[in-house]
Amino acid sequence: MQIKDFMKQITEASGVSGYEGGVRELVRTELAAYSDEVRTDTLGSLIALKRGQRPDDVPQRSIMLAGHMDEIGLLVTKLEKGYLRFSTVGGFDLRVLLGQEVIVHGRRDFPGVIGTRPPHVLGPEDRDQVVPLDRLFIDVGLTEVELGKNIRVGDIVSLRREFTELAGGLVAGKAFDDRAAVACIDQCLQYLAGLRHTWDVYAVATVQEETGLKGALTSAFGIDPDIGVAIDVGHGNMLGVSEVDTVNVGGGPAIGFGPNIHPALYEQLTATASRYEISHQIDPIPGASGTDAWAMQVVREGIPTALISIPLRYMHTTVETISLKDIERIGRLLALFIAGLTEESAEQLGLAQQSSAT
Amino acid sequence: MLLKELSEAVGVSGHEGAVREVILHAIKARVDEHHVDALGNLIALKKGYGGQRRKVMIAAHMDEVGLMIVRIEKEGSLRFRPVGGIDERVLLAKKVLIGDKKVPGVIGSKPVHLLEPRQRQQVIRVEDMSIDIGASNQEDAANLVKVGDYASFDVAYRVLGGELQAVTGKAFDDRAGCAVLVELLKNTYPFDLYAVFTVEEEVGLRGAKVAAYSVAPDVGFALEGTICDDMPKQKDASPTTVVGKGPAITIMDRSIIADKRLVDLLVTAAEEKRIPYQFKQPGIGGTDAGAMHLSREGVPSVVVAVPARYIHSPVCLLSLKDLRNTVGLMNQALARLDAVDLSR
Amino acid sequence: MKELIAELTETWGPSGNEDAVRKVIEKSITGHADEVRVDALGNLIVLKKGNVKKGVDKRRIMLAAHMDEIGVIVSHVDEKGFLRFSAIGGVFPPTLLGSRVQFGDGKIGVIGRERVVKPDEAPRMDKMFIDVGSPDKGHVGRRVGDAACFTRPFVDLGQRLVAKAFDDRIGCAVLVQTLLGLKTTPHDVYFVFTTQEEVGVRGATTSAFGVEPEIAVAVDVTLTGDTPEAPTMAVALGAGPAIKVKDRGMLAHVGVKNWMVSTAERLKLPYQFEVLDAGSTDGMAIQTSRAGVATGVLSIPTRYVHSPSEMVDYDDVRHSVELLLGMLSSPVSL
Repeated sequence: MQIKDFMKQITEASGVSGYEGGVRELVRTELAAYSDEVRTDTLGSLIALKRGQRPDDVPQRSIMLAGHMDEIGLLVTKLEKGYLRFSTVGGFDLRVLLGQEVIVHGRRDFPGVIGTRPPHVLGPEDRDQVVPLDRLFIDVGLTEVELGKNIRVGDIVSLRREFTELAGGLVAGKAFDDRAAVACIDQCLQYLAGLRHTWDVYAVATVQEETGLKGALTSAFGIDPDIGVAIDVGHGNMLGVSEVDTVNVGGGPAIGFGPNIHPALYEQLTATASRYEISHQIDPIPGASGTDAWAMQVVREGIPTALISIPLRYMHTTVETISLKDIERIGRLLALFIAGLTEESAEQLGLAQQSSAT
Repeated sequence: MLLKELSEAVGVSGHEGAVREVILHAIKARVDEHHVDALGNLIALKKGYGGQRRKVMIAAHMDEVGLMIVRIEKEGSLRFRPVGGIDERVLLAKKVLIGDKKVPGVIGSKPVHLLEPRQRQQVIRVEDMSIDIGASNQEDAANLVKVGDYASFDVAYRVLGGELQAVTGKAFDDRAGCAVLVELLKNTYPFDLYAVFTVEEEVGLRGAKVAAYSVAPDVGFALEGTICDDMPKQKDASPTTVVGKGPAITIMDRSIIADKRLVDLLVTAAEEKRIPYQFKQPGIGGTDAGAMHLSREGVPSVVVAVPARYIHSPVCLLSLKDLRNTVGLMNQALARLDAVDLSR
Repeated sequence: MKELIAELTETWGPSGNEDAVRKVIEKSITGHADEVRVDALGNLIVLKKGNVKKGVDKRRIMLAAHMDEIGVIVSHVDEKGFLRFSAIGGVFPPTLLGSRVQFGDGKIGVIGRERVVKPDEAPRMDKMFIDVGSPDKGHVGRRVGDAACFTRPFVDLGQRLVAKAFDDRIGCAVLVQTLLGLKTTPHDVYFVFTTQEEVGVRGATTSAFGVEPEIAVAVDVTLTGDTPEAPTMAVALGAGPAIKVKDRGMLAHVGVKNWMVSTAERLKLPYQFEVLDAGSTDGMAIQTSRAGVATGVLSIPTRYVHSPSEMVDYDDVRHSVELLLGMLSSPVSL
């Protein structure tokens, strides 16, 4: 699929952490077209394997690409007088919730809105306060009796936003964190169809990243790859945020550097980007990256890990904004990098020697 | 359903043309005369039958709250100010459409990851927000939008269903009133009915003021989509109105003390015909009736409203049952209006 | 079952000191297990082997309840023989005022506080001390590093029970009772009594790696929202076992959650859903063990958790056992 069509499809789908089933099927269909086999692991991560073509005397090596397909969301905590009280799944700024449209996944999907008491009846002291969670309600327009029959405590709620094209090749919508990475991985597989590579590629759409990097941790354990590359979103340049904290939207892949990243892998990625004239930026990360890379790096005996960030504005809102060009570039960079992986690259990364017998 | 078309049309105060087109198309065949006045009010006359005919003005406003672009920053993002009363807390992370070309944009907000805990507790002022249309500099942005362009929320009309027959969409204040008024024009009455679709209610009841002056009615009704406050609250307080409990009749708000005889007319009609109704909690909000009843030497006036949750925010919710009951109640009341003695 | 509950809750076992609790459990399950072992962190791992049944997939199932309880640990013995202390696990300072604590040798100390400055406010833990009644430092008989926990007798109020350490001895009791009641099962069921949950789900981390289950259910307590001015939470005492949807540390596996729900509905047992905005359980550690474990949590609604007087409803406890028995005696498909 074209990047834009695939992005529209997967970002308008629901897939709150722990409940990724809906989006997973869309991703499965797409990745299956460019890989040799696809499976789902215990926690629900989708793992597509594209085998390398290697002569018999070359040992089997593998790379894992991880982008998480879960999104932040809400869940119902109480039914009260025809309204739903709720809690959050993943990190929200409560201030962006008011006036949002949602889908409550009850006995069926119920469209609804998030509201609070009207400002007309509030005093100025109330209007000067951020509306706290206990004064926000989800309203699906049902009566108390209907609500009781159709919605239960624990039902998941996803935010709703149609995919929107802005000017300058930018697009906006929800769940770009981190479905945009799934689109990058898809692009990578599409490019790889036209390239020769000897390493096996595990393209993984992970789950439950927003609630603790869980899918990456367990899928990496199961796959046991030689190297791992996480693709996640990074804060894009925007008004009111220091340039120190951001990378440029439209500036190309932001290649992470720091304790979470294997220095040789960083070198190999930037060298590939430079060789093929892919515009890219350096993203210094002094500590925990808060991404799947953080989990992958310490799986089993340790995995050389890299992180590529997609510049994204307004993270964890329903108007996350990115450049489609950045997705294309990351897909291309990953494919060219993979096509260039050899036993020499493994040596540079200090990977244990393997015999060619598998 | 006309409400869908009305809700999805864009008509921020001062720029109601698109809404007017939708309404004009719907009522053209139902009225005897219509014209658009200097401010943009659509004034339609449906002649009555009988001899000494009263002039009855029914007003519903076409405009909605929205935004106006006030500056294009050199980075290409747009600064804006609210048009009409908007609680700035509803603005973050919303999609808007700007100008007649409907250029899409989003109101961004600093990611939660980069906020100090204290900052998360601060309401962001509209002066500190901006709209991102994807332009990378001032020049790119200026090719798409200009200072002074209006912007409105981009929200689709949706049917939620259920016993309340709930629907959501933007601008139910007062497209709900417009929808009711369009329905009322299906009938003829023993009086001359001036259906007035007003402008600029949200910035100070300005359209109704001049329209009432030119129509010079004997009786005035304002039809509204009004505030609803029926959700669970910390303290036990009356709801302003409740969705599903029928049309809300105003006794007093911030702009008018309704004419007692008209209130009685509505209540009697409702009770005789078993149409559910409620009184709007006094002292909250204001409507076109506030301007109408003070026109010239004064006009006996009253307000009937469809309760709508979350008005002045991007998405409102109302019950189609309430909407139909409002039409029903008005029909019943208008049929009995001639019998009401309005002399002093 | 109440005798077992009483004995378990009155037994001493702050995190890292679970030996006495483990002995009580070992004794109570004698003759009912196919294998019993204790791992390096002190987890008690009890296997009930499944009977091969035609057409039924044998699953490797781990049930976990933690043996440890919160407590305090001596950090300093002062010149006059008073003991300063810090917390083992999530101790809420106001619950300490007026409390008595017990050390491993059975000796008792009372909690005192420094001069009262603000009578309306509970002092911080560093403004409190333990007084073991020693006339001077020489006779204290305690050392830095000695652990202690609340001491309070079990009370049977009939329908409701009160004790210290229902978190998570009630889970242990439910597991023991389930094992005793489980005549046959098509699955290999590991009843794991874990250690050090209160200080970071440590026992569950290692035992899950060792047991390597396909499916896991942690049995632990959860909070309720049914007391005056409680935070919003739709869990009530007596309304049935609570099936966890989410807590601070995990989202329950949808398949395991549905397995509990369908079993409860089949057996016509009451149940409720739990969304907990604070805390987590052993389930969080088991879920991410190795390549991932399908993990759910069965919670027993408990009032006043982490206080010396926790309260549960006896029907909730019995229904939890029945629910687990129902789950374990049938085929599982997630």
